[in-house]
Amino acid sequence: MDKIIIKMKKEVSDKIIEICDRFNNAPGELINVLHQTQDFLGYLPAEAQELIAERLHIPTAKVYGVVSFYSFFTMQPKGKYPVSVCMGTACYVRGAEKILDAFEKELGIMPGETDKAGLFSLTSLRCVGACGLAPVALVDGKVFGRLAPANVKSIVNEYREMDKQ
Amino acid sequence: MDTIKLTIDNREVEVPKGTTILNAAKQLGISIPTLCHFEFKGMDVHNKPGGCRICVVEVAGRRNLAPACVTECMPDMVVRTNSMRVINARRTVLELMLSDHPNDCLQCSKSGKCELQALAIRFGIRSNPFVGPDHAQSSYQIEVSPSIIRDMNKCVMCRRCEMMCNEMQTVGALSAIERGFPAVVSTAFNQHLDHSPCTFCGQCVAVCPVGALTEVDNTAKVIRAIVDPSKKTVVQVAPAVRVALGEEFGMKPGSIVTGKLTAALKALGFDYVFDTDWSADLTIMEEGTELLGRLKRFLGGDKDVKLPILTSCCPAWVNFFEHQFPELKELPSTAKSPQQMFGAMAKSYFAEKINCKREDMVCISVMPCLAKKYECGRDEFKVNGNPDVDFSITTRELAALIKQANIDFTKLPEEEFDSPLGESTGAAVIFGTTGGVIEAAVRTAYEVYTGKQCPKIDFEELRGLEGIRSATIDFDGLPINIGIAHGLKNARKLLEDIKAGKCNFHAIEIMACPGGCIDGGGQPLHHGNGDIIKARWEAIYQADKEMPIRKSHENPSIQTLYKEYLGEPCGHKSHELLHTHYFDRQTTVEVDLNK
Repeated sequence: MDKIIIKMKKEVSDKIIEICDRFNNAPGELINVLHQTQDFLGYLPAEAQELIAERLHIPTAKVYGVVSFYSFFTMQPKGKYPVSVCMGTACYVRGAEKILDAFEKELGIMPGETDKAGLFSLTSLRCVGACGLAPVALVDGKVFGRLAPANVKSIVNEYREMDKQ
Repeated sequence: MDTIKLTIDNREVEVPKGTTILNAAKQLGISIPTLCHFEFKGMDVHNKPGGCRICVVEVAGRRNLAPACVTECMPDMVVRTNSMRVINARRTVLELMLSDHPNDCLQCSKSGKCELQALAIRFGIRSNPFVGPDHAQSSYQIEVSPSIIRDMNKCVMCRRCEMMCNEMQTVGALSAIERGFPAVVSTAFNQHLDHSPCTFCGQCVAVCPVGALTEVDNTAKVIRAIVDPSKKTVVQVAPAVRVALGEEFGMKPGSIVTGKLTAALKALGFDYVFDTDWSADLTIMEEGTELLGRLKRFLGGDKDVKLPILTSCCPAWVNFFEHQFPELKELPSTAKSPQQMFGAMAKSYFAEKINCKREDMVCISVMPCLAKKYECGRDEFKVNGNPDVDFSITTRELAALIKQANIDFTKLPEEEFDSPLGESTGAAVIFGTTGGVIEAAVRTAYEVYTGKQCPKIDFEELRGLEGIRSATIDFDGLPINIGIAHGLKNARKLLEDIKAGKCNFHAIEIMACPGGCIDGGGQPLHHGNGDIIKARWEAIYQADKEMPIRKSHENPSIQTLYKEYLGEPCGHKSHELLHTHYFDRQTTVEVDLNK
């Protein structure tokens, strides 16, 4: 195998290096560093993990081990309009699973994935504190309540239209 | 020392404070079954995540069962290792593990040597209540690299490989990834081993209890080459093979089987049975000359001379510095490893002698090593795409070939290697263990440098199994500082010292595997028994003692080679055939200024 050179935008690498420095490049701070890097980038691409491994003197395999272990961390970039379907108890008993199914079908992606255009990403979460509106989904931070599977198409189209303008 | 008294299975035992229940039981002759636990005595290698739960025992007053491998003995503890509750728990643990494991024992290359299989036999597992729906079972692609096959469907997550890769070798290619059923030991981003910092040392394979990590099997290629009438087969055998192969046939560890090994190779039908020891002597001529050359320049006040010189016989070590310390790649000797020197000479010097075309010769090596399989495939060791060494098999694969050919190994007569690439010295055989290469180099370099006979031949100060050793050898008034490291974590320490400018060695020998080649990734499995390594180690020095000639430069066949073919060590022809160069293989992150 030959030398592998990973190219990165300067502003991204500068920021990651700054985050690592903030934690004194201490290997024990890996989770904090990953947290803040994901806050900044929205996800943890392989390049970012390589750089963090280099700065913290941890094997890249170990960094990836942590990223793949915790469901909070993701290697998928978030879509422009992240969709989160609440699977908390109240939403669940009122049919949240069918809402999630409808989003999967409409967007053509599974939870944890982002569509090819980078427009939508889909996740499920546990309770947004709007149980009175169950079942609930969040699209780009906006709450949609009392959903039925039939509403999903029009919500998605609304954002597609918005993006065209 | 503080001791503790406790009771295990109604018997009292007294142990030092800090002893685990597992080891206390061992003292009483009670062998509690283990799977993930791995302790390699004398090598400072431990794996005890307490994860597999096969070793659970009942401790009076404790609600749950305790894993014996990580639970320390306490005063007046009452332990039961074989109660109904314990046995049922063990069976359940085994059944759960087997429910996520392929049932292909008949075809598995680890069959008969598998620790999970041994446990299933020991506990009489006949059926499995936990075989679940398909989705409950993990499934992974089988990955083949130049040296190692990874079939992670068989992984039991003992994480011994991860421990060897990260703690013993500090290579960092492997880590546990994912969670739940998808959890497995893999590389960063699940990439192919070729794209990881893996050195192919094979220590992960050496400790894998199941068939998840195995060597690439080249035995079929060997048979094909032997039966092909258009090919001349030339085989070479590494020094460490002759002190370990006997174990595969029930002989006691440390048996020296050079003569039987030669007889077996001849019985298998190889056209020429030669010895890597021959090219080890050649390596000493080249590497020793290079060392003296650098030393003379250093003593002459040359500030640019690259010192310390590092040995370069071990391909896993070469991979290690190419990946992790590329900035030091000018330090190692440019001499090829004995395997590659042999190949280069077999396909030039010897091929000319027997009037055989390069492409009609198949050069095969028997090695204690997995990295050697990778090494023969490196591009710089090929001429017009034809490799100097066509392929390599391990000690274990050779044993399998011998068994398949109906050869009763223990009853074989003692035979001699063929000439001329089979003549060797005691200096060559000690290449098989840590400290051996540098001792062989000292025996020759002393005499070449001083022009006098060396006052001794056994350099006890260079021998041993401690991870890092050092000694100063008096070259007739000139003190030469020598460092030795085996196990890559120890190599790393010396390399960090070199980088920090804290190193005063003139020469350093490094071998990737703990103990050197005697404990290579291709040797018979030792299952953590350090006594086996010790026995092989002693056998290597015994084999050296039994040789009539014990200095590489006195090997008559090597002398003839220089006279007839090469000219002088490190001369023009040597450089062309016997020396190499190294590459920077580090993964680095750089700023892309175009974005």
